[in-house]
Amino acid sequence: MYGASLMSVSRATPAESAGLRPLPPFSHRHLLGIEGLSAQDIQILLDHSDRYVDLNRAVEKKQSSLRGRTIINLFFENSTRTRTSFELAGKRLGGDVINMSVATSSVKKGETLIDTAITLNAMHPDLLVVRHQDSGAVALLAQKVGCGVINGGDGSHEHPTQALLDALTIRRRKGRLEGLLVAICGDILHSRVARSNIHLLNTMGARVRLIAPPTLMPAYAERLGVEVYHDMRKGLTDVDIVMMLRLQMERFHGSFVPSTREYFHFYGLDYEKLGFAKPDALIMHPGPMNRGIEIDTEVADDIHRSVIHEQVEMGVAVRMACLELLAQHLPNWRHSTPAGA
Amino acid sequence: MARRRKLYTNARLLDPASGLDVKGALLTEGDRIVDLGPKLASGSFAGDTEQIDCQGHCLSPGLIDMHVWLREPGAEHQETLATGARAAAAGGVTTMVAMPNTEPTIDEVALVEFVARRAMDTAVVRILPAAAITRGTKGEELTELGLLAQAGAVAFTEGDRAISSPRLMRRALSYATTFDLLLMQHCEDHSLARGGVMNEGEVAARLGLSGIPAMAEVILLERDVRLLEATNGRLHASHLSTEESLDVVRRAKQRGLRLTAGAAPHNFSLNEFDVGDYRTFAKVKPPLRVESDRKAVVDAIADGTIDVISSAHAPQDPESKRLPFAQAEFGMIGLETLLPLTLELYHNGSVPLLRLLACLTCNPARLLKLDSGRLAPGAPADLLIFDPDTPWRVDEKKFRSKAKNSPYDGRRVQGHALRTVVAGETVFQRKRES
Repeated sequence: MYGASLMSVSRATPAESAGLRPLPPFSHRHLLGIEGLSAQDIQILLDHSDRYVDLNRAVEKKQSSLRGRTIINLFFENSTRTRTSFELAGKRLGGDVINMSVATSSVKKGETLIDTAITLNAMHPDLLVVRHQDSGAVALLAQKVGCGVINGGDGSHEHPTQALLDALTIRRRKGRLEGLLVAICGDILHSRVARSNIHLLNTMGARVRLIAPPTLMPAYAERLGVEVYHDMRKGLTDVDIVMMLRLQMERFHGSFVPSTREYFHFYGLDYEKLGFAKPDALIMHPGPMNRGIEIDTEVADDIHRSVIHEQVEMGVAVRMACLELLAQHLPNWRHSTPAGA
Repeated sequence: MARRRKLYTNARLLDPASGLDVKGALLTEGDRIVDLGPKLASGSFAGDTEQIDCQGHCLSPGLIDMHVWLREPGAEHQETLATGARAAAAGGVTTMVAMPNTEPTIDEVALVEFVARRAMDTAVVRILPAAAITRGTKGEELTELGLLAQAGAVAFTEGDRAISSPRLMRRALSYATTFDLLLMQHCEDHSLARGGVMNEGEVAARLGLSGIPAMAEVILLERDVRLLEATNGRLHASHLSTEESLDVVRRAKQRGLRLTAGAAPHNFSLNEFDVGDYRTFAKVKPPLRVESDRKAVVDAIADGTIDVISSAHAPQDPESKRLPFAQAEFGMIGLETLLPLTLELYHNGSVPLLRLLACLTCNPARLLKLDSGRLAPGAPADLLIFDPDTPWRVDEKKFRSKAKNSPYDGRRVQGHALRTVVAGETVFQRKRES
């Protein structure tokens, strides 16, 4: 069902594909989560992202659709790849990108989240990208500002751009999402990546399995529309995609698993366990990886199976698409700006 | 003036203690009820008796709210005894028990006396202090239970936390039998609930919030039931929220243990889905549970397993609630919505009116050994005239409480207090609203 859009991209030059045509409709002011997006919304986001993949591989990457716009990356939690990815995405679209991290801000001086939001809002940003350690914090902030907000990850709730880049990676490799069997393995309890992926994959018609020890599985996880497994070998049997998650030890209050050694033994992805998946199953990981804890180094670096670096590449394209699709609702948006103008 | 007589005429007299539900009149003299009944006629009283026409509305004992947090001393910007009392009066509450979780904790005789005296001086309704079971509610060292009771503490509780140590709880229950004191426990196992911010369940899984499991309540309650049996003490489980704990109460009562149970309106009028999109006003203890638990609370009120309904009024300032869900404080205000939310159970046919009123009047009076909570000659003239039917919409701007943290803002409810009388004096009268 995605064949047509893939074909059209391959014929167009990067510049044409990215800038010359009017933007597809995306009638959301913020991107706070995958839950609530329709299959059509997701398809539009993925199709639009696809157009930027080729552009990002070209020598001249600069676009101008966000020229004169200010994007603030507001990160209350440490992040290297997501922040860099958003920064590159904003800059490649010609926007002015400011990075604000909690270490350098007044939040450390006791300012509340809402005051920070109101202060930033007074500086008239056009888009805000926010990451926060508390579930729901980004939505709370979005209520208080006058610009579009993208959730760059909130607590254990959602990380929508990660799910979109995962979906884009899968779709480009497998040509579809519908009907695929996807296993999400590891620390589901603390994972916003898992929640966003569950919503996205369910909406797009994939089947989702969750594999984790009971202590790292949310209570009532099966109500999220997934199949729950506690055994890696059973859970991985015949899957098309293996998504590994990072053991988020910084969110652990008390011990959830006896040791990382035991965890790797039963839940770490190695070739033996991978053998239960389909022969062409893809290995994914949102990063940063704990090698030897949730994933074996050789598996992670297997160029035939692992698409972990491709995920990072797709990340920039997806974030460009998200920024642009939200930016089209800004005042004085030029709907069909020629590239480089 | 002090001996002035007042005749409340044309009333529907409701006395849950005696099961009375009859049209008639009630006579007070000074701060006491002297007579009541259908035969009391207005014609037979001389001109010095003030006559108050109830216009056919309900006249019941004033409500007794066993569980409120007033923030004085220590956090007067959130609520004071005076503002809490005004809210109580508007809600039909004539007596309330103030939790000891203030700054400082009410764990000394002088502090109990301070609250009692300060309430007398500033509050329009009766405020009875509850004292802590352990010093500073740290769960380590018993307070002077006997002396505190003599000073006026009507009950002993750690307020919003439970005593973790079974050994200490056993001692407290055992020692309290000397004076037949009432202990009130917030049934929540700290170790299981720690870090949790809402009910552990489907909604928490979706929102990515840590849960407070239902078992945290029943495990602590079952432990306390064992200790109660061994000590023959007297224990009130303040607010229960799960089906399983209510079954535990039912069985304990059948075995004749002196265990009573309470419920807060939020656990019979809301469920976990009311947390919605991280609404911090719905962050409360016990947490909003699943729908089957909510129904179980309603059934337990209907069958008498739950003895007491209390508001769990917990004022918070906006700074404590305008935060990400995990960081926000627990609690919601409830004095002014206690009556209408309770009446919802009458209007939807779940519980008869007199049974509900018993949970708000004579039952708490019995537990606290008060002579109020009933309509009888000689009882204090603490009265509530209310209209159970008038529809209205909860509006946070109209709350008398200093705090506005109510998740019921905008809810359509029925019934409100028209006049609240404490010791024979009217402390609240509803203005006719257009």
